[in-house]
Amino acid sequence: MPDRYDAIVIGGGHNGLVTAAYLARGGLRTLLLERRPIVGGASVSEEVFPGFRFSVFSYVVSLLRPEIIRELKLPEHGLAILPLESTLTPLPDGDCLYRDADHYRTLRDIARFSPRDAEAYEDYGRTLYFMAKAVKYMLGIMPPDPTKLNPRDLIGMGGLGRHMLGLGEEKLQTLTKLMTMSSADFVEEWFESEPLKATLSASGIIGTFLGPRSPGTAYVLLHHYMGEIDGNFRAWGFARGGTGGISEAIASSACSLGAEIRTGASVERLIIKNGRILGVALQNGDEILSRTVISSLDPRHTFLRLAGEKHLPGELVASLKNYVYRGSSAKVNLALDAAPDFACRPGDGPHLRGAFSISPDLDYLERAYDDAKYGRFSRQPYMDVILPSMIDPAMAPPGKHVMSCFIQYAPYHLAEGDWDGQRQALGDTVIETLSQYIPNLKDIILHRQVLTPLDIERTTGLTQGNIFQGELSLSQLFFLRPAPGLAQYRTPIRNYYHCGSATHPGGGITGAPGRLAALEILRDLKK
Amino acid sequence: MCHSHEWREWAGWLAASTYEHSHEREYYAIRNGVALIDVSPLFKYEVRGPDAVRLVNRVMTRDIGKCQVGRVMYTPWCDDDGKMIEDGTVARLADDHLRVTAAERSLRWFEDCGYGLDASVDEVTEELAALAVQGPNSRALLQELMPHAGLDKLSYFRLTKGKIDGFEVTVTRTGYTGDLGYELWTPIANAPQLWDSLMDKGNGYGATPTGIVALDIARIEAGLLLIDVDFFSSHKTLIEAQKSSPLELGLGWAVRFDKGDYVGRQALLDEEERGSEWALMGVEVDWVHLERLFDEVDLPPRVAGRASRSAVPLYKEREQIGQVTSHTFSPILKKYIGLASLRSLYARPGNQVEMEVTIEYSRQRARATLVKPPFFDPRRKKE
Repeated sequence: MPDRYDAIVIGGGHNGLVTAAYLARGGLRTLLLERRPIVGGASVSEEVFPGFRFSVFSYVVSLLRPEIIRELKLPEHGLAILPLESTLTPLPDGDCLYRDADHYRTLRDIARFSPRDAEAYEDYGRTLYFMAKAVKYMLGIMPPDPTKLNPRDLIGMGGLGRHMLGLGEEKLQTLTKLMTMSSADFVEEWFESEPLKATLSASGIIGTFLGPRSPGTAYVLLHHYMGEIDGNFRAWGFARGGTGGISEAIASSACSLGAEIRTGASVERLIIKNGRILGVALQNGDEILSRTVISSLDPRHTFLRLAGEKHLPGELVASLKNYVYRGSSAKVNLALDAAPDFACRPGDGPHLRGAFSISPDLDYLERAYDDAKYGRFSRQPYMDVILPSMIDPAMAPPGKHVMSCFIQYAPYHLAEGDWDGQRQALGDTVIETLSQYIPNLKDIILHRQVLTPLDIERTTGLTQGNIFQGELSLSQLFFLRPAPGLAQYRTPIRNYYHCGSATHPGGGITGAPGRLAALEILRDLKK
Repeated sequence: MCHSHEWREWAGWLAASTYEHSHEREYYAIRNGVALIDVSPLFKYEVRGPDAVRLVNRVMTRDIGKCQVGRVMYTPWCDDDGKMIEDGTVARLADDHLRVTAAERSLRWFEDCGYGLDASVDEVTEELAALAVQGPNSRALLQELMPHAGLDKLSYFRLTKGKIDGFEVTVTRTGYTGDLGYELWTPIANAPQLWDSLMDKGNGYGATPTGIVALDIARIEAGLLLIDVDFFSSHKTLIEAQKSSPLELGLGWAVRFDKGDYVGRQALLDEEERGSEWALMGVEVDWVHLERLFDEVDLPPRVAGRASRSAVPLYKEREQIGQVTSHTFSPILKKYIGLASLRSLYARPGNQVEMEVTIEYSRQRARATLVKPPFFDPRRKKE
């Protein structure tokens, strides 16, 4: 162990790992410290029950930036993204909407509900392609601050302005709408049939304490669509071995580039002297010195806990305290004795290798939100469900399966009782809801793991269990993420940086904040 | 029946590429006997109501007001910028009833264009079977099956109704082969019986189940465009350059400016006035030159027996002036032909150009002459 590192990265989530890898790639002696015994943060795979492996928290991938995959040579380090091609929306009446890679068959199925929608679907896809292309530029740049007058921000704004104007009138208008509308209003500009509207607009509520009819959710929808796999926008996939497979690949790449990773190492506080960082102190009392320290944790940990208020300007503390987390999602992981049998599609079939969306109509989603507004988990939640073992057989013993259920809404703050008392009730609600569509579900459940927002917070450290390290609302995006003056990965403490999902461009397994932060740090150190 | 087990995706349905292992017999059925081609995957729409004609006329570039009952019209339709969305046929079944065929889903477009009009649009794609009966013997075969339908008097692009085995069939004298031919329209439930009757009676006329591969050759010979190959719907393209106007596709004859307003009229008028940048022409490859290019590597000239849908560059003195979007060897003309989109500056019949051909993995330029399509236009088509 050297006396002093060039860089210490706090937190081994995917962004922390990406930052560490890029810093090591830039020639820095880099140490990554992870509190848990495994790296990955919310992108971990764990054998929760013997023989059954789960992507415990985050469970699908699309947003991981292709440049990171390329530059860190992740395929050489074991990354494989398996296709997740279909979405089944089962309906209470026993029917279902099924969309998959067979374009025309998908259109025919949509046409059963509305022939107009089938036609609009192509137009919608094309529009989102343009939008994803439009925001791709922003995913790759450090957000310039339009309120600053320094040359770099001005140049950045100039570049952004040129990019925006280059989109043309129509696309710029659509982009503006997307940034401000509700996801329901946005999809209703195209569609009229409920299952399709609900399933598409559901992308706008994932991880967000807003209903499909709340303004701002259209952006969240776009945020979920701007990923690309192999150059295809909007493609979603499943990482081999679960999302932990992504973290492991990045960790392996980081180590091969010379980074050191220490697990079971919880950082207690920063060592700061005269407004400058000197290193970190671990819970076990060890002190490690470093030229720079980078936190991948969310702002509550990065600033309020580790740095401490006394090292920060008062107005910044105030704005960080107002930063909105509002955890609203839960996860239920099931170990199954056999494959689930859908009422709408009995038996085996390709639909089992895709996603299932419990989103029969817009009112269903909005009602689910109504519960959450008043401090209850949804009695009939929106769910995004996949069977990882159908896609990657290594996730469960042969013939058995794991089921991953993402639940929206489960508010962090409950009006009555607490999550320790409500955990199993949430689990029961999820299974009851799913059983309406999967009649054999109760008979095949071997084990269940219910992760409330409180559990997500306890395990991963994500404040209030918010999966994005803070809401993706317009007031918390781009040069405002996480707070004015903090968006360029630097902090008021010299040589202290942050690189988590609470920085631009936000949450999801993009790795983009981690990469952009590392590039800024390397730039600063070269000066 | 599809012995080749070779199917092709057509708008989400499977259509036989060829029924036999080779398409050649099927091709010659089109040109020398009678071919039965299942074209049911076409999208079909019924437009009904007092404003039915006004609605369709608001969409189409041709004057549908002139489409009398009993007549069928081929017509393109465009977006506001005068760029092709697609093309199809409009059949006037009654004063207030038209049937429109399309290659892509068009319900939303037709409905939206008909805003405020007293007409309804219904999709009947899955209710209505369509069978193309094409070839020199098509009339004789159909006359035997429906002797009272007056087919001998049915002119080109006209329709009539008749009965086959007791059920109603609408017959239009239309097709995608450039030959004498008809298309039969009947509810889907009748389709198997219709097919069997035609095959049964058709034996003596050389009736042959014919797939898409043979049809593709025939339509190039006839100079007929194929969507997603020769042009792209402006509703689907990702960039402006992929769009084209009917004027650029040689469809100027189907664009009317004297019929009142319709979608895209102003843009088309502007283009007409300033002149189109692109044009569509036929190319005929110089066989002697092609033979020589092959001879250089000691091979006899070999061209694909099937139509190619992958575009190749078209040159004039080293400069790329366009692309040949479909090309094929024409068995009936014994010529290598293609349809090309090129800079209008060069689009003169007789102009000498070069088309890229790949010979033993090496790209060569074969001399070719620009011609005005169609390449094959027998008198029987209209007689």
